[in-house]
Amino acid sequence: MKAAWYWRVALYLAATVVVAISVFPFIYAVSTSFKSGSALFEPVLWPSSVTLANYVSLFSLAEQPFGRHILNSIMVSVLVVAISLFIGVTASYALGRISFKGRGLLLTAVLAVSMFPQVAVLAGMFELIRFLGLYNKALGLVLPYMIFTLPFTVWVLTTFMKQLPKELEEAAIMDGCGPWRIIKDVFMPLLWPALVSTGLLAFIAAWNEFLFALTFVLDNNERTVPVSIALISGASKYDIPWGNIMAASVLVTIPLLGLVLAFQKKIVSGLTAGAVKG
Amino acid sequence: MNSKTRTAWTFLAPMLLVLILVAVWPLGRTIWFSFTDANINDLSATKFVGFENYFGEYGLFANPNYTDGFFASDWGLSILNTLKFSVVSVTLETLMGLGVAMLLNQDFKGRTFVRTAVLVPWAIPTIVSAKMWGWMLHDQFGIINQWLVDFGLIADKIAWTAQPEYALWTVVAVDVWKTTPFMALLILAALQTLPKDCYEAAEVDGVHPLRVFWKVTLPLIRPALMVAVIFRLLDALRVFDLIYVLTSNNNSTISMSGFVRREMVDNGYMGYGSAASTALFLIIGLCTVAAIKLSRMKLGED
Repeated sequence: MKAAWYWRVALYLAATVVVAISVFPFIYAVSTSFKSGSALFEPVLWPSSVTLANYVSLFSLAEQPFGRHILNSIMVSVLVVAISLFIGVTASYALGRISFKGRGLLLTAVLAVSMFPQVAVLAGMFELIRFLGLYNKALGLVLPYMIFTLPFTVWVLTTFMKQLPKELEEAAIMDGCGPWRIIKDVFMPLLWPALVSTGLLAFIAAWNEFLFALTFVLDNNERTVPVSIALISGASKYDIPWGNIMAASVLVTIPLLGLVLAFQKKIVSGLTAGAVKG
Repeated sequence: MNSKTRTAWTFLAPMLLVLILVAVWPLGRTIWFSFTDANINDLSATKFVGFENYFGEYGLFANPNYTDGFFASDWGLSILNTLKFSVVSVTLETLMGLGVAMLLNQDFKGRTFVRTAVLVPWAIPTIVSAKMWGWMLHDQFGIINQWLVDFGLIADKIAWTAQPEYALWTVVAVDVWKTTPFMALLILAALQTLPKDCYEAAEVDGVHPLRVFWKVTLPLIRPALMVAVIFRLLDALRVFDLIYVLTSNNNSTISMSGFVRREMVDNGYMGYGSAASTALFLIIGLCTVAAIKLSRMKLGED
């Protein structure tokens, strides 16, 4: 039964199909990004001649400063990760290690925020961002991004904190450590795996965010990459520079793909930490 | 208040402050705006109009101008599109995710490689996948049209993202491609926690594998499956970027989030748009409560 040949064949066939469907679109995007001129419009996988023209012109467009957009995205994403991890660790210490009244309710409220549709706060956020003078600034996006990174970070880190043995903390208290020392010296070293996975997920979420970035930033120098790619356009509707779009797509995706593949175990455990135990 | 409780609230303070600032306050303001005639270009002229945006002459519901019925209006259409998109894509993602998870749970050479490859669609930013598929599905130069014509499956090339009868299903297909990995990984994690011994027992007793799947595997992974489905459903109900980029937000595919943004930002009707977003918020809230009740999930304290 186990070793029946048709069963093995079906298994490998299915695996091949799954791999092909998963990776083909990206490979085709890479291939397109190296085509230019009329070769661009030949629907074949291997370009007849390879050119870097699309990548070069991407960085030389004055009205679409793509290099600047990449820097903006990096800056925003790194800040979002740093702030949500810091706040996430302090909050999850309270939620995971100290029992106090209203803890369960608070956790449920945090989870509820993560289910907010982003548009539900769009009008109020628009007003707030204007009021704080953050409108049209890439850095201003750090604030609204907290709405989706923070609840998730707090939730996963709390689950993780709860699992750590009590004895560790008790020993530290006996030695006269305050809560800050306990977090910094006792929990932080143990929390690294969870910090890496939640940090990566927060980074990916901030890197990919589109709705807020599209709405709160109109200045061409301040855009982040998803909006930049969505807005790359040609002289007319029939003149879309697909080569440039694919080159930009590849550049934006490669670092992300690298991160995800390098840390895949951590990311998967981060994704499933909240869900499976729920 | 004892010192423990005080420490707890001190450490919670930054999170509470930020969440109030970015979630509670803007949500409250949005709900307030939904009762006003606010325009995005001049917020100082905002006047209170009561339920006008919801049930008034030009409101979302019970609008006398909806001569062809509620679901022919832009708002009604966006609700229908969102529901169709959510139900169909989440169903397909669950079934295919289950299939891929079962595959990855088998023992075969190159399994790690397949699992890595499956992660690729998930790792690609939504905007990029929308552009990538937009290019592959291009009406004249797209490789998919080329293949379909070459294999004789279609006579003429199809404008997948522009023709109203295909556009929404094209969006569903791209979403399924992108999100099935997420489902598969969550289901795989659940599959790997299952005890091996009942499968060995079933094999000794000669129980048919399909029967084992229905009677053992499915009931055991049901809780994890429900959580994954709920997460995905909530995500699907607020879909925006994929549709906005892939089909330019036209009427045949516009989602509720897309409708809100169009009214609020493109047309400037902040009050009316806020009413739509508040309605969306309530719909998603109701769905969440219903789903949690249905699956009897326990949140918070476990």
